[in-house]
Amino acid sequence: MRIAVCIKQVPDTEARLRVRKDGLWVEEEDLPFVINESDNYALEEALTIAEKTAGEVVVVSLGPERVKDALRKALALGASRAVHLAEEAFQGGDALATGRALAAAIAGQEVDLVLTGSQSDDVGYGATGSVIAGHLGWPHAWLVMGLEIEEGGTSARVTREMESGMNEIFRLQLPAVIEVQAGINHPRYASLKGIMAAKRKPIERPSPADLGLEASQIGAAGSRLEVLEVAFPDSGEGAEMLEGDAATMARTLVEKLQREARVL
Amino acid sequence: MPAVWIILQHREGQLHRMAREAIAAGQQLAEITGGRPSAVLLGHGAGDAATEAAAYDLERVLVADHPALERYTPGAYVGALAPAIAAAGPAYVVAPHTYQTVDFLPRLAQATGAALVPEAIAFEPGDGGLVFRRPIMEGKLQARVKVKGEGPVLLSVQSGAFPADGGRAGEAPVASLEVGEIAADREILGVEQVGGDQVDLSKAEVVVAVGRGVGGADKMKPIEELAEVLGADVGASRPVIDNGWLPRDRQIGSSGQTVAPRLYFAIGISGAIQHLVGMKGAGCVVAINKDPSAPIFGVARYGLVGDLHEIVPALTEAIREAKG
Ligand SMILES: Cc1cc2nc3c(=O)[nH]c(=O)nc-3n(C[C@H](O)[C@H](O)[C@H](O)COP(=O)(O)OP(=O)(O)OC[C@H]3O[C@@H](n4cnc5c(N)ncnc54)[C@H](O)[C@@H]3O)c2cc1C
Ligand SMILES: Nc1ncnc2c1ncn2[C@@H]1O[C@H](COP(=O)(O)O)[C@@H](O)[C@H]1O
Repeated sequence: MRIAVCIKQVPDTEARLRVRKDGLWVEEEDLPFVINESDNYALEEALTIAEKTAGEVVVVSLGPERVKDALRKALALGASRAVHLAEEAFQGGDALATGRALAAAIAGQEVDLVLTGSQSDDVGYGATGSVIAGHLGWPHAWLVMGLEIEEGGTSARVTREMESGMNEIFRLQLPAVIEVQAGINHPRYASLKGIMAAKRKPIERPSPADLGLEASQIGAAGSRLEVLEVAFPDSGEGAEMLEGDAATMARTLVEKLQREARVL
Repeated sequence: MPAVWIILQHREGQLHRMAREAIAAGQQLAEITGGRPSAVLLGHGAGDAATEAAAYDLERVLVADHPALERYTPGAYVGALAPAIAAAGPAYVVAPHTYQTVDFLPRLAQATGAALVPEAIAFEPGDGGLVFRRPIMEGKLQARVKVKGEGPVLLSVQSGAFPADGGRAGEAPVASLEVGEIAADREILGVEQVGGDQVDLSKAEVVVAVGRGVGGADKMKPIEELAEVLGADVGASRPVIDNGWLPRDRQIGSSGQTVAPRLYFAIGISGAIQHLVGMKGAGCVVAINKDPSAPIFGVARYGLVGDLHEIVPALTEAIREAKG
């Protein structure tokens, strides 16, 4: 099977965030970026299926120049080629605009399956994969915790997470878009050989026109959402912050839990 | 008048708790925009849930009844809703941010040319329309967004943002919503409980919950020692489970267990909403985190900023001493 995997590069969840001067996004200078968490699982799932079916994996990402690092990493893990929607016109879109661009990029790749993550750790729309499916006219499933390609490769058995510890199991006709949830598998690490090989693998950089898209349909211009401001939430009362070194804080806490909160 | 539609989720004849929150949100939204809200219910023989919805102050409860809607599939739901939205033209469509609606709402937006505002936690009138607030960066930041252009706005409202008891009671007529040709796009095979024999954390009095900040399965020992002196159960955030550091039945949150202990330790947990919904019933929350701006401090009673690898052993020691 030929499988497209959408990977997004996002700030490392461990990173300290600062709001950019214009108040519209986070300051990206010195910010460490990584492949979005659930996308790592989507990529692993795709690589496993490709290995079993003698297929190949194409990784697709929309984002600025820095995204090359994420694509190289995916190529080092075993994807055979990459598509990078790097032009300015693609950037700053909401889920509908980004999904439209990604769908157009995927449509030209003649794939049998598309895998995405379930949710991006930065804007967290939980929507882009479903929008891609809508454009391709394929079925989709969000929050997938189990994926089995069935005999013949025309359908898949899908396990989807529901709230409160239940799963729903169903069959989907392929081609389809599967939005993978973190935890579905155990992502591999890149080998030195893989990292070397990745340097020679191609990264295609189509323009909007190459994909048959007008600038007005994509990116910030093609989006109906416009961010007015990002800010740290007003956390209300918030916690009483204890002071001192570890031992002092620990002693203070125990005393408060006993005397004040009376829970110990 | 800009109409507001509220899509209700239900199961076995009952409204989902978050459907009631969506009603409250839809009523508030209609107050700002000036229209009257109607509720929309999809199903087959979902009469009881419709009766429940009719006890709210709504223009109408619209019921789409069709055999293909008996069990949820995005194909049938979008197939029923997209033409109805195109025909009636509601300005806003409100849905609860549940795993079911998030599964189909983006496709509904794509099919109707609507704007999509996922996970709204607030809205207010602004320059040229409503301004929505939604969490980004896993709840560490919030964005204020406005909607441009023509066409409906679909929004899902986050759990807890619009309390269910804020919904205004009333008496609404029930009407049927015409459904054309629709078909399921999934062949449902069944439902299963994750993990089978679960450790039940719901009755735990004290929970020591650990997050990604712990850094590895080999760093769990001090956590277990703390739990032991406290007589506590060990729980975890999702990444801890996904990484295989603890078994799945220790997960707390929207896709794990719900706990309500009198004392909850959140150790190396940032405080994403999907975690918070699983522990919001906790009495006293203690947060230990190296990042003073971690959202978990917003819901904790006591906060300890620093390296958990130093604080946790110190805490175990202090509790031992106190207990003599
Ligand atoms: C549909 C869906 C369902 C989900 N369901 C759940 C669920 O049921 N339960 C759940 O928990 N999550 C769930 N999640 C994931 C959730 O969105 C967050 O990603 C997750 O809760 C983050 O876990 P965390 O706080 O452990 O990790 P992070 O957000 O990475 O936070 C780690 C924290 O540890 C701190 N830290 C790091 N090192 C140290 C140190 N040495 N000392 C002190 N502090 C340190 C950091 O400052 C940071 O705040 C779900 C997500 C989705 C999309
Ligand atoms: N800019 C992007 N480039 C590639 N994939 C993306 C991009 N944005 C979103 N995706 C994919 O869509 C999933 C859901 O993202 P979101 O809708 O932003 O929560 C992610 O996990 C990615 O797999």
